[in-house]
Amino acid sequence: MTTSPIVYVLAFVSGFSIMSVELLGGRMLAPYFGSSVYIWGSIITVFMLSLSIGYLIGGRLSLYHPSLNRYALIFLGAAVCLYPLVFVSEGVMNWIFERVEDPRYGSLLASSFLFIVPTVILGMISPYSVRLLVVTTEHAGQVAGMLYFVSTLGSALGTLATSFYLVLWFEMDTILTTLTGVLLACSATAAAAARWLPTHAPAADPTVASGGHAR
Amino acid sequence: MTRLDSGILRPAARRSLATSACMLLLIGTLLGADAQARVIHQERSPYSTILVNQRGTVICMQFSVRRDQRNQTCMDQRRPKEMLFPYTRMMMASLLLNPAPERILMLGLGGGTLPMALDQLLPNAHQDVIEIDPAVVRVAREFFNFAPSDRVNVVTEDGRVFVKRALQQGKRYDLIMLDAFTGEYIPEHLMTREFLEEVRGLLSETGVLVANTFSISKLYTYESATYAAVFAPFFNMKPDDSGNRVILASRQPLPPPEALEARAAALAGALKPYGIDFRELLPLLRTDIDWDPDTRLLTDQYAPANLLRRR
Repeated sequence: MTTSPIVYVLAFVSGFSIMSVELLGGRMLAPYFGSSVYIWGSIITVFMLSLSIGYLIGGRLSLYHPSLNRYALIFLGAAVCLYPLVFVSEGVMNWIFERVEDPRYGSLLASSFLFIVPTVILGMISPYSVRLLVVTTEHAGQVAGMLYFVSTLGSALGTLATSFYLVLWFEMDTILTTLTGVLLACSATAAAAARWLPTHAPAADPTVASGGHAR
Repeated sequence: MTRLDSGILRPAARRSLATSACMLLLIGTLLGADAQARVIHQERSPYSTILVNQRGTVICMQFSVRRDQRNQTCMDQRRPKEMLFPYTRMMMASLLLNPAPERILMLGLGGGTLPMALDQLLPNAHQDVIEIDPAVVRVAREFFNFAPSDRVNVVTEDGRVFVKRALQQGKRYDLIMLDAFTGEYIPEHLMTREFLEEVRGLLSETGVLVANTFSISKLYTYESATYAAVFAPFFNMKPDDSGNRVILASRQPLPPPEALEARAAALAGALKPYGIDFRELLPLLRTDIDWDPDTRLLTDQYAPANLLRRR
């Protein structure tokens, strides 16, 4: 067994988590800012922006000694930054509610405060995964396509599972705590794979230099 | 996740949604929303499609174009004061708990039947009417004689946001009416323990809460338990022939039957033009608990009201 299936599974989980948090985000904001379309406008804007920044940073990070250990650290970081939402979100939203009259800007500000950091980190996973998976330039597109496929499938499932079932069964904080646990498990899995599984040593492959980070 | 495009915002999906909505609208119009009723106005808003239909002298407002949709509100042009829906009449029973409220808050406008009636009955009262959908306000003004004034103040805003802000500003109300649910969709953040606690915080010492809610589906027991957690004991008005249930609660102890009858007798004359007959309403003022009191409460953390309704 090589590490690639593990990377795909982890990318799937990160896709799942992002959309699950995004959906919960809308429900977290509703008691303070309502449930109108602008709530979703705020949430989606913040998630899109954060992901785009995450892609950029993740791609940049993959230039320097890419490894499963560092990959594990990204998941760890995501978990560590996601979990505080359980404790701080009410205080943050209250603080903003008291200062910002217009619920559109209130919700935009609140979702920025709450979701930018964890979502940026989760966004780093995709480009970093591509770097770990690509062996030859020739297959780079195929690998990227497969990675998009898997992670977006995870997003689809995360959206569906959260909105159809999870909110019906569990409290929001329970779902967030579970997601944190799942991300920690991802981190541990990546670290374990780094230790015990043979890699295809992408950095040693000379063709990657031209495909992965041409300079 | 790698997301190049958000499913929620994808223009193609939005277009196809709009197309199917248009087709539905067309089909609905062709079939006629009601065999004899004529659609005299329709408009789309960010929140729903509002239809106004007329059958004889009765004008009704409907949300959504589905043919099985119940009317939100109706008015007979020959007797515009008369309340045609049992739930509206039941909500007026709130005057039995506080006959002369001076500050009134109403969440959800509909056709404006209730605020207009209260404005006529209580010339000294000031009302804040909160309606999220500006189109509903327009339609109510144009077709249902709703007339905002310096005594009837309309605010176009989410009800929960208004309530939180009002608490922050230290506002208090003698009567709060909750009527924000359409048959179609429940704003879930308006059906949680935290929301009801905020509403309770807005009630004055003699304040009364009246809420139009559901009497059918699994939601009934969840909703009842949640209201009971904040407002118990309350009158649970639940006629056999209506899908509506009206909850009537007070900051003061609920009046005994004799006191209710005395107030009913005093108000009967004034309320007669509105079609209100206390012989119909008094027997509904019951406090017995016909739900499982151990039901999980709806909270801001757990608010799947729409999912529970489908069960």
